[in-house]
Amino acid sequence: MSYYLGLTQLIGIHTLLGLSAYILMLTGQLSLGQAGFFAIGAYSAGILTVIFELPILPALLAGAFIAAFFAFFVGFPALRVKGLMLVVATIAFGEFVRLFFFNLSWRVPRGDIEVGPDSTNGFREIRYFVANGWSAWEITAFVWIFVILVMAVLWWTDRSRAGAVLRAVGEDELAAQSVGINLTAVKVAAMTAGGFIAGIGGALYAHTATYIDHLTFTVLLATFAISYPILGGLSSVFGTLVAVIFIQGVLVEGLRFLGDWRNIVFGLLIIAAMNLKPSGLFDPRTSQLLKRAVGLGGGE
Amino acid sequence: MLELRGLSKHFGGVKALDGLDLTVNEGDIFGLIGPNGSGKSTTINLICGVYGVTAGTVHFQGDLMNGKPPHQRLRAGIARTFQNIRLFPNLTVWQNLWVAQNSPRDVSAQGFMPRWFGATRRTREEIAGLLELADLGHKSDELASNLAFGEQRRLEFARAAAARPRLLLLDEPAAGMSRAEIDDLSLRIRRVRDSGVTILLVEHVMELVMGVTEQIVVLNFGHKIAFGTPGEVQRNKDVQAAYLGTSSSESQPLDGSV
Repeated sequence: MSYYLGLTQLIGIHTLLGLSAYILMLTGQLSLGQAGFFAIGAYSAGILTVIFELPILPALLAGAFIAAFFAFFVGFPALRVKGLMLVVATIAFGEFVRLFFFNLSWRVPRGDIEVGPDSTNGFREIRYFVANGWSAWEITAFVWIFVILVMAVLWWTDRSRAGAVLRAVGEDELAAQSVGINLTAVKVAAMTAGGFIAGIGGALYAHTATYIDHLTFTVLLATFAISYPILGGLSSVFGTLVAVIFIQGVLVEGLRFLGDWRNIVFGLLIIAAMNLKPSGLFDPRTSQLLKRAVGLGGGE
Repeated sequence: MLELRGLSKHFGGVKALDGLDLTVNEGDIFGLIGPNGSGKSTTINLICGVYGVTAGTVHFQGDLMNGKPPHQRLRAGIARTFQNIRLFPNLTVWQNLWVAQNSPRDVSAQGFMPRWFGATRRTREEIAGLLELADLGHKSDELASNLAFGEQRRLEFARAAAARPRLLLLDEPAAGMSRAEIDDLSLRIRRVRDSGVTILLVEHVMELVMGVTEQIVVLNFGHKIAFGTPGEVQRNKDVQAAYLGTSSSESQPLDGSV
């Protein structure tokens, strides 16, 4: 059971990671720096519960705000670059963050041992949940409260004028600024919101895993972050959720028996998906087909 | 209302526009014509702030616009349409108008939440009015990409009107239109002007320009070669040479017959 609960937590956390890339992609920005914001959330929240002994909720929110703060400042230089150059610039940011934590050592004595980030040895003993006697069910519920909250807010935003403006910027920047949309404000806001969401995900990750090190936050994680909305499509937040369940639940876990070969299957599937469904599994046409199919089934 | 002084734009060695002086008065329907590559679209892009100027100034209602980004110029009252229609294809017709409500009144009168996350009754009524203006009331939930060509043009026109501009820049609005559609467009342009909007019309289709404008500036190779009423411009020797003396496929007789 605990295996499935752990997987459910991981799916929730990766959904947050994917949604942080989703909101950016709505504005046409493709970022491979989401692992960096995720790492900032993970380390900040971990440091706050372990070294400062804060409760999880304020630590998590602080982690999210710190990640958003950095995202805000990444947003401005990111305005100057587009497409592939933005991808490269955000990779550089992600690596910068990773290498910062690779070097960060901040140890404080706690009883017989020392706790805190220990550079190359990683950050152990992020034991807030264990120390406070949370059950696996409670932890899972805690993770999913945030997943559902973030999904609800994004779903609602998508239906608002704000969501339409994000998409307008993603579709045609020149037209968007010509109808009076402030490109700088919209893109930086999306980057900041993306950083906040990734920060929540990172904070949850650090506390469910209890151990993090810099190798968790490589470009591979950032690639996962963008592959969810790419695979799930940008028509709805649910596409990202389905893509995470598919990739983490079916591909990564379901194909575990293939050992390292599953990475090849994973790569092939991404290539196949991009060729067969260039605008994601849930492009508007497929969504319409699905709705019709469900309507038909309900009628019989 | 709009004053361009010594306006120049150079792309490397190419002088797309070289020292244009132009004054558009409030209430004008002002024409800007010229052969391909004469600098018409460049002029529009300089007025809107899509390009920065190489030299010269843009004043609008007495204020210097140089250096202001496009969204601020829109709020000052300058809206535009595009030569090759640029709608938001995967937004609905209604959403295309919704995102374009950026007049100073819309920006300042509503609080943050109603403006970004709500749709007040006034917003809905205004969009309904714009849909009516564009004859697209029955298509409000259609994706913009599903509209026919003429409908897309009308939507883009309404989207520009959504910002309540004082000055509307129309970049070749009649391109690809049939005669009936052009007559309809002339009517719409006059109606918008009569509602108090000044119009700068960039156009190749002489039928429209000669029929609807009151004053015309003719550009060639980035220079102003003529200025006057449609009749005066048609009789101008330099203009005739610029249009008829080239082998450009765009050359047309200036009396409007095709």
